[in-house]
Amino acid sequence: MSDESAEGPVEIIQCPVELDYTYTAGQATTRFLRGVGEGKLLGQRCIVCGKIYVASRGACPIHGVPTGPETVEVSDKGTLVSFSIVRIPSENLSVDPPFAAISVLLDGSDSTFMHVLSDCPLEEVRMGMRVEAVWIPKEEWTTSLKNITHFRPLDEPDAPYDSYKEHL
Amino acid sequence: MRDVAVVSFAQSPHVRREQNRNEVEILMPVVREARERSGIAHDEIDFVCSGSTDYLAGQSFAFVAGLDGIGAWPPVSESHVEMDGAWALYEAWVKIQMGYADTALVYGFGKSSPGDLPEVMALQLDPYVLTPLWPDAVSMAALQARKCLDEGVLTEADMAAVAARDRRHAESNPFAQVKGSADPEALLAEPTLVSPLRKHDCAPISDGAAAVILAADDVARRVCERPAWISGIHHIVEPQDPGLRDLTRSRSTEIAADKAGVGAGTVDVAEIHGPFTHQEILIEKALGLGPDTTVNPSGGALAANPMMTAGLIRIGEAARRIQDGSAGRTVAHATSGPCLQQNLVCVMEGR
Ligand SMILES: [Zn+2]
Repeated sequence: MSDESAEGPVEIIQCPVELDYTYTAGQATTRFLRGVGEGKLLGQRCIVCGKIYVASRGACPIHGVPTGPETVEVSDKGTLVSFSIVRIPSENLSVDPPFAAISVLLDGSDSTFMHVLSDCPLEEVRMGMRVEAVWIPKEEWTTSLKNITHFRPLDEPDAPYDSYKEHL
Repeated sequence: MRDVAVVSFAQSPHVRREQNRNEVEILMPVVREARERSGIAHDEIDFVCSGSTDYLAGQSFAFVAGLDGIGAWPPVSESHVEMDGAWALYEAWVKIQMGYADTALVYGFGKSSPGDLPEVMALQLDPYVLTPLWPDAVSMAALQARKCLDEGVLTEADMAAVAARDRRHAESNPFAQVKGSADPEALLAEPTLVSPLRKHDCAPISDGAAAVILAADDVARRVCERPAWISGIHHIVEPQDPGLRDLTRSRSTEIAADKAGVGAGTVDVAEIHGPFTHQEILIEKALGLGPDTTVNPSGGALAANPMMTAGLIRIGEAARRIQDGSAGRTVAHATSGPCLQQNLVCVMEGR
């Protein structure tokens, strides 16, 4: 027997974990993704407060009641309400750092939407900036948010702070 | 001690694979039904506590999405346990006992079907020496069953009798997933799945959710005609390594049952959370139940076993029988961890 203490502590062991999941989107997310497959961003309305959620999971988080089943198409243009400049690479991202991760309030929606901003110098990224989604060619659309590669600036004046202050 | 009671209970129908609804969509109608049945308004609920595990969905913070289904604005006082909802109920009970709340919403949800459940459950084992071997949950239970058989604690016929009893009881449970059973003799003629376990010895894999409303003192008396008063509740844990404990009896259940006062009166109904038939037998013994007790009138976990929920359902089912007047004193049991590692016992009574 060797003297284990002389070899020092075991500092690393390899224990790979691989689990496969079959994800079911549910009714609300299915409605949203079907819309994305047709180039539309579909919101769903709370039956109590009337707020419209885009990429709804099926509930109004405020009232805990179901959204839908009818859908409301919202714009693919909106207002950037918050952002962060990301400088750390990640193997799961399609864009190279540095880039801006953004929270967008789409026109006609009451909930914000996370995506990436490109086609814009990073020092110009700011709250209130008007942006629009950039879609991949129609013939490549699937029922995936990858249909939108990124958002880019619109040539419009910034939105007033009051128009998005509830969504920070 | 404050008087705390279960005043309302609701559950979803439990199914092998819920294809159409996500976790929130399964949970939301259940929470709504429990609330409506309690007659306690949303803003009168002082505390919310849930039980679930992110490993079922394979998504980090999956439990936070569950909050979408309860309406968390204005902000609510909330907590979560990465355990069965029965332990969430325990936390809520403690919170009420300490005077921080008079009412609580407790829920559990488990969409067990997206992953390979027996494999997913291997992740609850010791990450250095056990999980790398990937002993799935059924194999772990089979090792325990083998030890019980070899030591003469129970027989395969005993196990088949439990399966037949529970699944026949489930025929009258509209929420159950597996209902009805062949005779025990016929069950024993079936081949083993993971020796010595046969298919009937194993709980089904289930997707489902459940919710309970707790209320204290006068609130409970106001909203409920016959509250299921919790006269005792306790939980005890054993070492994680199955090799360090006696797998042929459930010491933790024995201690929890003693602390909860199971033996202080007759038990009309016992709802036992035994995901495997031999485990149900061990728990029945550990609770010290006599022949007058009806065990698992709902069918138990062998009829429907949504992960992180089936224990809370036992409490709800045992409470329901007090509320409808068919029982005077009931016991509910919940288990967690491999081979009955941790056990909770809850005694309820009508007054
Ligand atoms: Zn709402």
